Amino acid sequence: MNDWQCFFLIPIVGLHYRAKDKLTSKRYSVESNINQPEKYFITKGIDTFFIEVYNIAKFTGLFFKDLFTPPVEPREIINQCYEIGYRSLALISVTGFIIGAVFTKQSRPSLANFGATSWLPSLVGIAIIKALAPLVTALICAGKVGSGIGAELGSMRVSEQIDAIEMSGTDPFKYLVVTRVMATTFMIPVLVFYMALIAMMGSFVNVSINEHTSFTTFINAALGDINFMDYASCIVRAMVYGLTIGIISCYKGFNTAGGTEGVGKAANASVVLPMFLIFIEEVFIVQIFNWLKHV
Amino acid sequence: MYNSQPDKEIVISIHGLYKSFDECPVLQGINMEVYKSENVIVLGPSGSGKSVLIKLIAGLLKPEAGSVKVMGKEVGKLDKRELMGLRTKIGFSFQGSALYDSMTVYENMEFALVRQFKNMHGGEVRKTIREMLEAIGLGNAKNKMPSELSGGQKKRIGIARTLILRPEIMLYDEPTAGLDPVTSGGINDLINEVQIKNKTTSIIITHDLTCAKKTGDRLFIMHNGKFIKEGSFDEVFASKDERIKPFYDYNFTQ
Ligand SMILES: Nc1ncnc2c1ncn2[C@@H]1O[C@H](COP(=O)(O)OP(=O)(O)O)[C@@H](O)[C@H]1O
Ligand SMILES: [Mg+2]
Repeated sequence: MNDWQCFFLIPIVGLHYRAKDKLTSKRYSVESNINQPEKYFITKGIDTFFIEVYNIAKFTGLFFKDLFTPPVEPREIINQCYEIGYRSLALISVTGFIIGAVFTKQSRPSLANFGATSWLPSLVGIAIIKALAPLVTALICAGKVGSGIGAELGSMRVSEQIDAIEMSGTDPFKYLVVTRVMATTFMIPVLVFYMALIAMMGSFVNVSINEHTSFTTFINAALGDINFMDYASCIVRAMVYGLTIGIISCYKGFNTAGGTEGVGKAANASVVLPMFLIFIEEVFIVQIFNWLKHV
Repeated sequence: MYNSQPDKEIVISIHGLYKSFDECPVLQGINMEVYKSENVIVLGPSGSGKSVLIKLIAGLLKPEAGSVKVMGKEVGKLDKRELMGLRTKIGFSFQGSALYDSMTVYENMEFALVRQFKNMHGGEVRKTIREMLEAIGLGNAKNKMPSELSGGQKKRIGIARTLILRPEIMLYDEPTAGLDPVTSGGINDLINEVQIKNKTTSIIITHDLTCAKKTGDRLFIMHNGKFIKEGSFDEVFASKDERIKPFYDYNFTQ
């Protein structure tokens, strides 16, 4: 089966199970997910995969629906932005600085062979904005933020805290999921630009040791070849990665079953699956932006 | 156990209720009626589906077949808004307390209170919470995190967090399980006090026959997803049924 056939199968199998999704409750609940079908449509493995895709799509749909319906939880959104954004700053700073410094140091000899070390800032700028900052930040956050959300919501699920929120007359999907997904979607782009800045500073340390350039000249050279589309692509990617991390880790945490072991599995899947998806999305978004540039 | 003459207004009525998980049957035809301001005890071996039953009443799970009516409304058929509305009238004290462990005791108490009583002002909220905590003897635990509390303290706060909302129906899932006799006695008194003061209708799941005897107006014995006996404490335990006797023997005659 090639890729395209595979893509056509998603809606087909999805619709097949949608028809079986009899539950009338519009609210998201673990119960309204499709779990084990009585009879498999293709084979167990493939069906389970498509059921998961269908459930995640439904989860995402509900997120967008709830995003625009009151009540919003401003305090919890700010709280989550703080947890997700501010608490990742130290990690992002260290990794960003090292990436900038090491990348510059390693690229220098190759450019020196051509006597082209003056291109170094521009090379660094392109590499960081176009490739490294979004991808590396997203991967680090998938590890730090994703596992945190997966484990937190997972343990809230198994210790019945999510049921308790529900019983208090508050919608746990809104209170826990919508706030966290919003926070990741807005904080990852911020962290990406923060990392780009720190990586530039790391790079500047190496450049200033070898050449006598001021930071302004360096930045101007570094950002000289970056155009609007590159920034747009960078922001779009960062938001999509943020959304992916938020949705998948919340989905896994929110649907945890099976006690402590289940929490471990949820936390693990909350890291592995977003990381994998981020790479897939990278390929697509870069393709789309390249195509947009040429029309 | 002060309400031997309930005023016969039906608050919860369950008919032919079935529920299973992945082909594993749990509830198999439950029938039950609970009257206003009555304490009903559900007794049964662990794993018999007692927690599942009250989760169905609270709408946390969906019935497979049969009907669950709470205050005249079919719980399984309510939409999101109606269900939320109904839940503000139902208090649920979870088996494992289910305190929000990222929040302090005070914030745990405050969470639902400020959401359900939106026009209650700050001073009033603080006063209500302080009084409630003092009533359960935990006035100084206000700023502690749940992880710093003992099992009994958590249980009391879990119950207090629900009672502070003055629900019309209380569902207690093993309120005294694993607690010392003194704390258990305190919880039994609390359950009775709530019944008298607020005219609350309660379902109490327990293994503790002292609790059942002190608080219960009627007992239901659950076995393999069905009720096999119902009646007052003395009626139920006058039975020689081999499925019921062990509870009594273990609690009182050993
Ligand atoms: N969410 C669930 N998913 C699958 N099985 C469940 C779930 N909740 C309860 N069960 C099963 O239902 C049965 C009854 O559980 P429960 O009502 O918690 O028993 P108890 O009477 O001790 O409270 C158990 O066998 C349990 O494994
Ligand atoms: Mg139980």
